[in-house]
Amino acid sequence: MLNNITLKDLTGNISALVAFVLLVLLVLTAAVGPFLVSYKPDATDLDSLRQLPSKTHLLGTDSIGRDILSRVVFGARISLSVGILASALSLSIGVFFGLLAGYFGGRTDTVLSQVFDVFLAFPSLLLAIGISAVMPPGLASAMLAITLVGWAGFARLVRGITLSLKEQTYVEASRALGATSSRILKKHILPNAFPLLLVAGSLRVGGFILLEAALSFLGLGVQPPTPTWGSMISQNRTYINSAPWMVLFPGLAISITVISFNILGDFLRDKLDPRMQV
Amino acid sequence: MMLYVLKRILLFIPTLLGITLITFFLMRSLPGDPVANMVGERATPETVARIRAEIGIDKSPPIQYLLYLKRLFRGELGRSLFTNRKISDDLMQKFPNTVKLALAAMFFASIIGIGMGVFAAVKHGTGWDRLVTLLSVGGISVPVFWLGLALMLLFAFYLRLLPPSGMGNGDLSYIILPAATLATFSLSYIARVTRSSMLESLSQPYVATARAKGLSESEVVLKHALKNSLIPVVTLIGLDLGSYLNGAVLTETIFGWDGLGRYALDGIMKRDYPVIMGVVLFGAVVFVSLNLLVDISYHYLDPRVRVKKVT
Repeated sequence: MLNNITLKDLTGNISALVAFVLLVLLVLTAAVGPFLVSYKPDATDLDSLRQLPSKTHLLGTDSIGRDILSRVVFGARISLSVGILASALSLSIGVFFGLLAGYFGGRTDTVLSQVFDVFLAFPSLLLAIGISAVMPPGLASAMLAITLVGWAGFARLVRGITLSLKEQTYVEASRALGATSSRILKKHILPNAFPLLLVAGSLRVGGFILLEAALSFLGLGVQPPTPTWGSMISQNRTYINSAPWMVLFPGLAISITVISFNILGDFLRDKLDPRMQV
Repeated sequence: MMLYVLKRILLFIPTLLGITLITFFLMRSLPGDPVANMVGERATPETVARIRAEIGIDKSPPIQYLLYLKRLFRGELGRSLFTNRKISDDLMQKFPNTVKLALAAMFFASIIGIGMGVFAAVKHGTGWDRLVTLLSVGGISVPVFWLGLALMLLFAFYLRLLPPSGMGNGDLSYIILPAATLATFSLSYIARVTRSSMLESLSQPYVATARAKGLSESEVVLKHALKNSLIPVVTLIGLDLGSYLNGAVLTETIFGWDGLGRYALDGIMKRDYPVIMGVVLFGAVVFVSLNLLVDISYHYLDPRVRVKKVT
């Protein structure tokens, strides 16, 4: 199924192509950008406070004279790593419990499904607030909060996929040949569910990045002086009228990143999963 | 029919218990002295003694959970560490403001979202269609709190059309910016779903029949296609209520709207744990209750849903 996506598909869809290129650039920025910028992200320069974007500071400076470009570039690391890692983690947990519930059914399924429902019963940001508020704020607590918010949705999806896949004849045949449950799950169900998981995962990365930004904005994420896009907006929001660039650039960075992930996720879904098309 | 409603309500109970189990667990996993976390450092010895007895500090965790449930059942969510006011009173005072904001946002999201979706479907394949699609991806990708600040900058500071923040004693102009901000996320989904639902309806034979009998294009679109496209849209609006609670936390913070969200942020800033957990628990209970009501009312309103549930 995955082989069906060719480079031609991507070049034929202009917005998906743009999104893909932007994401590659973003990953590169996060990886090597911090070595290329001319200022340290937390170096203050009291002679140049709240400067408009200029040749020396391409995106201007903030209220204590830090270079906004450097901070946005460093912030890319946090946003991308939290978004991608939280997706991978919550997807893994979701796959594990979803497979258990869907494949074994019965009481296992009843209990696990109830647990999924409880986690899904919370509005996502509220649950993330509750979880991260009881931990010392930082990268780990934000990541854990987002993972705990995200896993149940994946689990419910995987449960559904497993329920339908386990009725397939090849699974039945394999069982008749004496394959163990773990072999069937690993060799038959997981590989066939993979494209759908890839779609679901890529559609959620954007949402997780937004959630991380919201937590940082509320002061529950990675703490200062480490720059994150969300905290840059919250620290500078009182200057929205007098120095709007301090807020606009980090917000643009979040928006562009999330739009790219969402467009690429939509593209993958259209290619891999015709059932889920909206 | 009654059986279905009864079953839904019975299934609602374990969900509620699960929610309280999570908030109970979160409250217990706080570092430091649990009593101090509930009443603050400056509490009098009498208060400390009363709370120790109330939460059953010397009892086992399951008993403590039961005591917690008992308190919740009586509507006791504890007191704020800083104002010493009852959290339940605060919630009752702030919640109506959040409801007001959410209703305004929902109205806005439905009207404009459906309008954009219909427009895109009618102009299918043109630049307009692609613009609406792009806008609707943008709407779910832009951080709410940033969008709010950008709208404030444009409409309040540059154009000076609307007040930047506050509630203005019910003056309608004060609700426009926060409501528009809060609406954007949901609006984008509504536009998307309306568009695809309309495209499907427009390709149905009854639309061709309507055209063939000489109805004007606007009659065909609005009376025939739109009417039949609205069910998934209405479902979406009903099930998307959680996004308003999420968005309210951020929107109210930006615009100084005195609702649940700003109350939560105050709690977060001051590490006022009972307040934070109070809002989290209250938000989750409101959210699941509304979903239950939406579910049951669909069951009454749309016979097709009923059939689907059975199969």
